[in-house]
Amino acid sequence: MSLINSAPEMALTTKVDDLLNWTRKSSIWYMMFGLACCAIEMMQAGCPRGDLERFGMAPRASPRVSDVIIVSGTLTLKMALRTKVLYDQMPEPRYAVSMGSCANCGGLFQLAYSVCDGVDRVIPVDVYVPGCPPRPEALIEGLNKLQEKIQQEKWIVRKTEPVGVRA
Amino acid sequence: MGLSGFEVSIERPTNGGGLATEDMTLSMGPQHPSTHGVLRFVVRADGEVMKEAIPDIGYLHRSIEKIAEKVGWHGFIPYTDRVDYVAAMFCNHAWGMAAEKLGGIEVPKRGEYCRVIADEFCRIMSHLISVGSMAMDIGAFTPFNHAIREREYINDLMEELCGARLTFHYMRIGGVGWDLPPGWSEKAVAFLDRFEPLIDEFDDLISFNKIFTERLVNVAVITPEEAIDYNLVGPNLRGSGVKYDVRKDEPYSIYRDVEFDVPVGRGELGTLGDCFDRYIVRMREMRESCRIIRQCLKQIPDGPVIAKVPRNFKPPAGDTYVRVESARGDQGWYVVSDGTAFPYRCRIRTGSFTAISMIQKVSRNLMLADLIAVIASFDLVAPEIDR
Amino acid sequence: MALDAAAIHTALRARFGEIIGDVAGTGTNASASVPPDRIHEVCAFAKTDPALGFDCLSNLSGVDYPKKSAIQVVYHLFSYKHRHHFVLKVDAVRDDPVVQTVSDLWSTADWNEREVFDLLGVRFSGHADLRRILMPEDWPGHPLRKDFVEPEEYHGIPTSRESLLKA
Repeated sequence: MSLINSAPEMALTTKVDDLLNWTRKSSIWYMMFGLACCAIEMMQAGCPRGDLERFGMAPRASPRVSDVIIVSGTLTLKMALRTKVLYDQMPEPRYAVSMGSCANCGGLFQLAYSVCDGVDRVIPVDVYVPGCPPRPEALIEGLNKLQEKIQQEKWIVRKTEPVGVRA
Repeated sequence: MGLSGFEVSIERPTNGGGLATEDMTLSMGPQHPSTHGVLRFVVRADGEVMKEAIPDIGYLHRSIEKIAEKVGWHGFIPYTDRVDYVAAMFCNHAWGMAAEKLGGIEVPKRGEYCRVIADEFCRIMSHLISVGSMAMDIGAFTPFNHAIREREYINDLMEELCGARLTFHYMRIGGVGWDLPPGWSEKAVAFLDRFEPLIDEFDDLISFNKIFTERLVNVAVITPEEAIDYNLVGPNLRGSGVKYDVRKDEPYSIYRDVEFDVPVGRGELGTLGDCFDRYIVRMREMRESCRIIRQCLKQIPDGPVIAKVPRNFKPPAGDTYVRVESARGDQGWYVVSDGTAFPYRCRIRTGSFTAISMIQKVSRNLMLADLIAVIASFDLVAPEIDR
Repeated sequence: MALDAAAIHTALRARFGEIIGDVAGTGTNASASVPPDRIHEVCAFAKTDPALGFDCLSNLSGVDYPKKSAIQVVYHLFSYKHRHHFVLKVDAVRDDPVVQTVSDLWSTADWNEREVFDLLGVRFSGHADLRRILMPEDWPGHPLRKDFVEPEEYHGIPTSRESLLKA
C-alpha cells in the first residue's frame, strides 16, 4: 500500500508536501550535458559571478546522481540517440531543462542535415530557456522557474479530487 | 622520473595455473565533465596503462560548411562564430578576409585596428579557458574559478563593444560592425592594468606548483618533425620548438605595425615538446596579447571602420586560401566563389582537428590520467573538430 | 630559401613533364593540376626534393563540381624549411572518384582524406582505414555533394521541424 498520492487534501498533508518540495527544490543537482556554446555560459553560471551554488545546485558528471539534465547546445542526430540513453539512466523524479535555441528547436542550425531540431524530440522537457546563448542570468531564471514547478508538485496528496458522492 | 615512457610487461600464465588476462575496452563516452566538448575515445587499456586511445568524433557535426552554400556571404558570419565559440573573433576575421580577397575590397585602417584589438582580447579569453580547464582536468578546481572571473571582465568589455558575450558577430565583410564606444579604451586599459599582475599571480599559484608540473612534465613528448608531419599548429607547434606564427611570418591586417614576441617552448622543466611546454607557451602568449592591445589602443587612427560593400555582394569567381592565427593555431579557410551571392564551398581546417588526429599515436603506453592531461594540453574544442 | 610559384612549377614540370597543368592564380594561391593516378609520386617528389621541401600538408579539401562532372581534391602544401606555398588540384571523375592516397607521406592526410570520403564519397586507394568520420556509420549518402537530399528521418527522429512563425 503506497503512500504516494493517497491522502486527501488537508492542512497537514499539504504542509508535508510543501516541506518535501522545499527540500527537493533547494538542492537540485544538475547533470552537465554541455554540448556546444551554451555549455560555456552554463559553466559561467556556476562560476563566481552567476553563482549557482547559492541555490544549492551542484554540477554532477553522472546521470545516476543528478536531478535535472541541462541540455545546453546543439543536439546532432548522432548524439540524440545517446541523449535518450542518458535520460533513461536518471532516477526519478527527474527533470530536463533545454537551454539555448539549438536545444529548443534547432536554432540557427535548422538548415543543417545532421542536427536534431530540438531536444524535445527525444526527451520530455520541463523548462525551455531561450537565447543564443542565454546569459547566465537567463539560465538562473530558468532554473528558478523549475524550482517553482517543483514546489507545486503533489506527493502525499492525491493528484485529483475524488468524485463526490453520486446521487 | 616522469610518468611516461613507462613500459609494462605482464606475465600471462596460461597452462601453469593462474588467471589469463585480457585488455579492457573503455568508452570515454561523448558525455563527460570537461569543457572540451563532445568527444569520444575508445580506450584499450591494460589496467591503468593504455595500449591506445582511438578518438571518435562527429557528435557536434553541425554541417556549417554546407550551410555556407545556403545563406550567402553576409549571412554566414554568425555561423563562423560557432566554428570556435571559445575564440569567435578569429573565425569572423578569417571569413571577412576571405571575402575581401575574393571581392578586392580594402578595409579602412581604423577597421583593421578594431579587428586586431578584438582578436587579441579574444585570444586572452580563449587562453584563460584553456589554462583554467587544464587545471580543472588535472584536479585543481580553484584556478578555473580565477580564470573565469577574469574572463567575465573581458565579457563585459565585449558586450559593450558588440552586444554579445560569446558569439560576437562583430566583424563584417569590409570592416567591423560598430566603432569603439566612447570611454571603452580607458576601460580596456584599466582592465589590462589589473590583469597583467594577475598572470604573475596565476604563475605563482599553479604553473610551477610541484604537483601540477609532475602531471605535465615529460608527458606526451612530441618532436618538431612529428609536429610538422601531423600539421600541428599554434601553441601546440610552438611548444615543440618550431618558431612559426602567422602573425609574424606572413603578417596580415596591421600586425606589421605592432611589436610583440612569439613565445616558443624551451623544454625548461623537462623534455622539449611535452605538455608543460604547450601550457607555458599559452601563459606567455597572454602577456604578449596585452602588449599588442596597448600598442593598438595608442596607435589607432580616426576614420571609418567599414568599407562600402554592397548588400548583394557577388565576388568574382575564383578561390582563395586564408590563414588566421587563432588561439588554437592557424586556421586555414579555403573559400571558393562562383560569382553568385552564395559561396560555392568553404572548407575550414582547424588546429584542433589536426591535434586530435595525433592522439592515437601519442597515447600509446600512457596512463589513463595522462590522456586527460594530453587532451587538455592540446586545447581541443569539439566544434573546431567537427564543424 | 623561398621559391616563388613559377620556380616551383618549373621544378615540377622539369621532373614530371606535361602531366602537371599550367599555373593558375598568383602568389600563395598559385596552383597546378595533376591527374588522380599520379598525385602520389608528385607529392613524394615535392616532399623529398631538397629545393622544394614541402614538409607540411596545410589543407586537403574536396569540392564538388557537377557541371564539370568532377570532384576536385585540393592540396595546399607548405614548407616550414623554406617558407613557401603551392597548391595542387586533382580532378576525379564524379561517378566513381578514386584518388591515390598521400597519407603515407604526411600523417595529417589520414583524417583529412577520411573526411573527404565521408562527405563527398571520394575513395582514396591505398588508405589504411577509410571509413566515415563525422557522420554516423549508417548514414545514407554523401552530404556535401550538390545533389544530396536530406533523409526524412534517422532512427525514428524526424529531421525537419515546421516553423511556428507561419501564419
